[in-house]
Amino acid sequence: MRRRAAIPRLLHGGAATLALIAASVASGQPSPRVAHTPPAPLIAAAADLKFALDEIIVQFGRDTGESVRVTYGSSGNLARQIAQGAPYEMFLSADEQYVQWLAARHLTRGPGELYAIGRIALFAPHDSPLRPDPRLSHLARRLSDGTAGRLAIANPEHAPYGRAAEQALRSLGLWEAARPHLVLGENVAQAAQFAASGNSDGGLIAHSLALAPELRRRGSYALIPDSLHEPLRQRMVLLVGASPTAERFYEYLRAPAGRGILAGYGLTLPGE
Amino acid sequence: MDWTALTLSIRLGLLTVVLLLPIAFLVARWLAFGRFRGRGFVEALVALPLILPPTVLGYYLLVAFGRASPLGQAFEAVLGHPLVFSFEGLLLASLLVNLPFAVQPMQNALAAIPPNLRDAARCCGLSPLAAIRRVELPLALPGIATAAVLTFAHTLGEFGVVLMVGGSIPGETRTVAIAIYDRVQAFDEASAGVMALVLLTLSLVALGVTNTLARRMAHRH
Repeated sequence: MRRRAAIPRLLHGGAATLALIAASVASGQPSPRVAHTPPAPLIAAAADLKFALDEIIVQFGRDTGESVRVTYGSSGNLARQIAQGAPYEMFLSADEQYVQWLAARHLTRGPGELYAIGRIALFAPHDSPLRPDPRLSHLARRLSDGTAGRLAIANPEHAPYGRAAEQALRSLGLWEAARPHLVLGENVAQAAQFAASGNSDGGLIAHSLALAPELRRRGSYALIPDSLHEPLRQRMVLLVGASPTAERFYEYLRAPAGRGILAGYGLTLPGE
Repeated sequence: MDWTALTLSIRLGLLTVVLLLPIAFLVARWLAFGRFRGRGFVEALVALPLILPPTVLGYYLLVAFGRASPLGQAFEAVLGHPLVFSFEGLLLASLLVNLPFAVQPMQNALAAIPPNLRDAARCCGLSPLAAIRRVELPLALPGIATAAVLTFAHTLGEFGVVLMVGGSIPGETRTVAIAIYDRVQAFDEASAGVMALVLLTLSLVALGVTNTLARRMAHRH
């Protein structure tokens, strides 16, 4: 009988704990949909912007007192999610074709505008046997003598930076040799993480990520000539239903404050 | 440490438990006491999420509840926003993937109730509802508690489905499991490590509690 009484007691204890957690969750974190102040607008951004945009958002908060929420991913995946109704108010794509694709579906506010021409870089961690050089000659040698390890790139199917990496390898006649060595990141930030973690020889990643302190600390890189791949025309656009805060963030990215931070990550426009 | 993600996961877990347990209890009762053709098929259907790759379920949810589907359009008309990439969509996915975790412990607990006890309840003139309340529920309590703990812990850890239908929206669909994935990509190993430790601890505690409850149930019979 005593054992039987212990179970309800244990359950009551558990229920009380759960209720406590529930109360703290309910009070501490009201659902964005029922909050009185409108929630910070959601922004979908290409993964090459991971560190640059984080910095801009902090600066935007300091300058205006407003905040935005951001989700990073491959431009192709983000565009698909937007088309399927994901509640984003602004989209920063690494490839303008995705913006044009959404514009054709009347999901954007106008055509948006270019914010940068992206570049790719060969990154290798400090302890990697691979030495980065602009024309990938050391990689080519390692591929031909069979000593090459893994090479990380973003998935070319839906990540613009992966596509650029594939084009550069093809331009240099290395694609077929490199293929068995490739590890594919879902987006270019994951490819950078694969490249820098020491689990691969390195990777072809966004120049903007190679310039981030987190990667600089871990290795070195060589900028790949932009003649080896199609230009990465990065376009941003406000989506239908964008709030005034999203509009102000869009303008902030065009203003000197935003442009300056982007330039620090190698994200510039011709003539800048 | 991403507190928004952790509270979101806890909210998702608690709501899943609260909404799923009553439904799962009825299913468990039906499977434990019912004698009908096709029971094996229903049991297999309930257990399916245990071995079904989460991406397969995510894919079907995208197809079934996406903007292009009639169901998705109906939901959008009611909610005012699409079901996929929203908290409600995650909740629905969570209810489906947790079905076996909620049903099976309760089904086992109910099946372990000696038939003569239920007969006695009926002979004493207890209505079916009163029999559930006064006989079945108290005797199945350890099973119900196990179901609640497993469902909660499993919701916290769900990744594949959330990745496919969630979209990692802060405060909306970025659960703690997704936040770990995001933090690793951002080279923020400190945050990822703390959150991983929280999930590891919660999972261990959950298993400890379920094992204790199972032992108590075994002792009683």
